[in-house]
Amino acid sequence: MATNASGYFKTRYTFELGFLETPFRRFWVVAGVCIALAFPFVAPTFWVGIFNLAAIAAIGALALNLLTGYTGQLSLGHAGFLAAGAFTAGILVGQWGAPFWIVLPASIVVGMVLGVIVGVPALRLRGIYLSISTLAAFFVLASLATEYQSRFGKGSGIVISPPKIGDWVLSGERNWYFVLLVLAGLATLLCLNLNRSHIGRAWLAIRERDLAASALGIDVAYYKVMAFVISTAMTTFAGALSAYYTAFVSAEAFTFMVTIEFLAMILVGGLGSVLGSLLGAVFVTMLPFLVERAVDVLPFPATFKTHLFAVQIGLFAILMLAFLMFEPNGLARIWGRIRAYFELWPFKYRPLQ
Amino acid sequence: MQLVVNILVLTALYALMAEGFVLIYRASKVFNLAHGDMMMLGGYIFFTCLVATKGGVSASIFLALGAGFFIGVAVYLMGIRPLAGYPAASVVLVTVAIGILIRSVATLIWTAQVQHPVHLLPFKDTSHTLPGGAVFSTLDLASLVAAVVFFIALVLLLQRTALGTRMRAVAENPRLAANSGINIHRVIALSWGLSCFGATLAAVFYTTRVNLEPDSWLVGLRAFAPALIGGMNSPLGVLPGALIVAIVEVLAAQYLDPIMVNSAPFIVLLVALWVRPWGLFGTREEVVRV
Repeated sequence: MATNASGYFKTRYTFELGFLETPFRRFWVVAGVCIALAFPFVAPTFWVGIFNLAAIAAIGALALNLLTGYTGQLSLGHAGFLAAGAFTAGILVGQWGAPFWIVLPASIVVGMVLGVIVGVPALRLRGIYLSISTLAAFFVLASLATEYQSRFGKGSGIVISPPKIGDWVLSGERNWYFVLLVLAGLATLLCLNLNRSHIGRAWLAIRERDLAASALGIDVAYYKVMAFVISTAMTTFAGALSAYYTAFVSAEAFTFMVTIEFLAMILVGGLGSVLGSLLGAVFVTMLPFLVERAVDVLPFPATFKTHLFAVQIGLFAILMLAFLMFEPNGLARIWGRIRAYFELWPFKYRPLQ
Repeated sequence: MQLVVNILVLTALYALMAEGFVLIYRASKVFNLAHGDMMMLGGYIFFTCLVATKGGVSASIFLALGAGFFIGVAVYLMGIRPLAGYPAASVVLVTVAIGILIRSVATLIWTAQVQHPVHLLPFKDTSHTLPGGAVFSTLDLASLVAAVVFFIALVLLLQRTALGTRMRAVAENPRLAANSGINIHRVIALSWGLSCFGATLAAVFYTTRVNLEPDSWLVGLRAFAPALIGGMNSPLGVLPGALIVAIVEVLAAQYLDPIMVNSAPFIVLLVALWVRPWGLFGTREEVVRV
């Protein structure tokens, strides 16, 4: 984004930090917001529902991308943190009937505490050893959730009443859509701001080489734990939201596959890219529904229909492999190439300066 | 006494599975998270051979072990070898993806139904009683013997043969090994094959003792704990590692809660990572270098 072929040149350092520096971009952002606002009135309820799921997933994917894409700490425990958020909501609402304005901040606090617990070993363990400790943390959290369910006689799960403001109850796909759109938008803004500030730059330095980062005067321990705290807090928040949205919390919903789904989102979308997290979240959320349609329409063997889940996870695996091997920067990179093509047209490369 | 027998049998199975993690890590510096799925696949191949040969046990074991070896080599050559030079995290994610692919294909071929290979055996799994009152079955004894034989053979291979010397050289310093004329890719592929061989051996006994389903991969993943506790680059460290995990797991199931069985190895793993991340017999700089 240094200079555009359009003749727009950056003359001040503050311009480097701007989101919407050109009128063209400002126009498209306004147009995008208008389309997003009109969407639930035009599209069928089914698709609005899918978008709602994607919006919750987007918050989780943004959080995972902060940790894995930006700070370079591969986390295999994402499902555990989501479960922690969902169970915070489940316990507070199901057992004590707490209102949502207590539950959501509480889920964030739980996330921050978990972030410190999981993040502090990150000071001692590096790379893959850290991933294994997050994986172990996931299994421990998952068994705690199962333990809670069986101990309190909540066999299959906990039912949660929807959030209420006075007499107004938040329900219906369309109402949820607007709430989730705003929340996902805020999460996106938070990530964009984190990434263009000194915090994001410190994370990038740690990702590239933590020894060199500390030589540059970056407090590696502080920023690593900070990445964990912010990421897990956002994740537990997303978990609590999903608990409210589905009105049901169950330990069976948070398997290792959920972690894989979120990893697939940021891999397909693009590691270390906010746009990538959003694209990946929408893509991976839509995929199961598309697979279901495809299996119904196309002539696949009958086992594909009875084992739809196996087909889905197989497709996830193939997508992950393909993107890891051939396009490690994901859809965001592909989008960047398309944009560069039109920006530079009729030239193929940027002119030398 | 019964507890001791249970612990010993579990140790044998865990050691067989965990050795695969260590062999692969030593050779190619990869944490193979697809190991559990490769084990599950080995179990299914054994089961299919049992059905096809109508209970020919020795032929089935032989075929399954051969197939297991082949799977390990194939996964390395097709999935891991092309990724040389990629960041370690990408390679781990690739093993995760390979694992899911195996699980998906296995579910499509054999369905998610729980199978019991023990019913296909031509003989009854009789139980014997020890003087102390402990009961063990023929299969328990067989798995213990298999583990002992596997580990003795492995030590002999590593210490007494030229191939084993090459494997140790590659584990110690791959570049130097390559420079001295060792075909390191052949050696690494062999390590992957051996690792999957051990996993299949474990799968044969585990699935006949318990059951076989696509979710059996979780058992293989639990074996990560013994490998890490023993030290990822120590071939014999998995034995004490497996013993520790087996003791904790059996005692937790006995005195605390059966649900704990699934998470006990991971709790031990977390503690080990806090206290001694390089394992009981691993080398310290390994962790720093990763």
